[in-house]
Amino acid sequence: MGWIGDTVDSIKSIQIRQLLTQVVSLGMIVTSALIIWKGLMCVTGSESPVVVVLSGSMEPGFKRGDILFLHMSKDPIRAGEIVVFNIDGREIPIVHRVIKVHERQDTGEVDVLTKGDNNYGDDRLLYAQGQQYLQRHHIMGRAVGFLPYVGWVTIIMTEKPIIKYILIGALGLLVITSKD
Amino acid sequence: MHSFGYRLNGLLTFAVTILALMCVIASLSDNLNIPSPSAEIQIMNINWFQKQPKGSDEVSLRMNISADLQSLFTWNTKQVFIFVAAEYETRKNSLNQVSLWDAIIPAKERAKFWIRSSNKYRFVDHGKNLRGKEFNLTLHWHVMPKTGKMFADKIVMSGYSLPEEYI
Repeated sequence: MGWIGDTVDSIKSIQIRQLLTQVVSLGMIVTSALIIWKGLMCVTGSESPVVVVLSGSMEPGFKRGDILFLHMSKDPIRAGEIVVFNIDGREIPIVHRVIKVHERQDTGEVDVLTKGDNNYGDDRLLYAQGQQYLQRHHIMGRAVGFLPYVGWVTIIMTEKPIIKYILIGALGLLVITSKD
Repeated sequence: MHSFGYRLNGLLTFAVTILALMCVIASLSDNLNIPSPSAEIQIMNINWFQKQPKGSDEVSLRMNISADLQSLFTWNTKQVFIFVAAEYETRKNSLNQVSLWDAIIPAKERAKFWIRSSNKYRFVDHGKNLRGKEFNLTLHWHVMPKTGKMFADKIVMSGYSLPEEYI
């Protein structure tokens, strides 16, 4: 009896140990992703260091599905820079080029006008009603780097959530069943 | 240990790593290129110069733009975006930049050009400060890569001025 009991105990302990290992390794994956994201936030100074291009308004430079790396420094904003900005009352940030800058002498505040390279006119129609210019606080960052196509992953996932759930399920299953 | 899944995973990880590395190297190779672009802009004519009903000065002008930007292109260059901006200082503003004209150069063969154009975008001041105003015309370029870091620089041309009176 004692021998059987020992065996059962050892099997149980192995399973618990394995389960714990898997939970820990899953936790490691999630936390390391979080660390990378938050680390990028610190380094770039932008609250979203990577954005996916969603519209064709900057074609042929940036197409839908390309990703941009942002940087937010204290440097003043100048014409020609590609900035990502938020409009009050709009959820999705916009990536467009600065075409006009007026910087105040006394306060250093800036008025900025943007335009998409592929759009016919400037962005005043996109801004909130009556808004003529963007100010500093609207701007989330300026684009410094570019990587094509990679953003399609997130576009597909947001537009077809089923694929996201299947992917997460499959990955989870893989982590749980793998005996490493 | 050597199941299909593991091998697929290994292959995929390797492929993505190599691809990422190649992108990084391609982007870094841009730094080896030291461009020597040149540009010249002449103002041929002031089409009109007036005060808007809202009170800001607006001017329309005709420019001759010639430039040789071929040296900006490398194998990692997708296109070069160029624009001409008027830059000036006023009593209230330490810097005003107004984009007047822009273009996309898709290939090296078309990077040496000459064009005559009126301003594509409205040259409107942030007030009534344009009469007799001296300003710079700046040719900015923005090199948009196939992958990696973007580059931007400019050539400043000074010594332009607007008429003392509305036309």
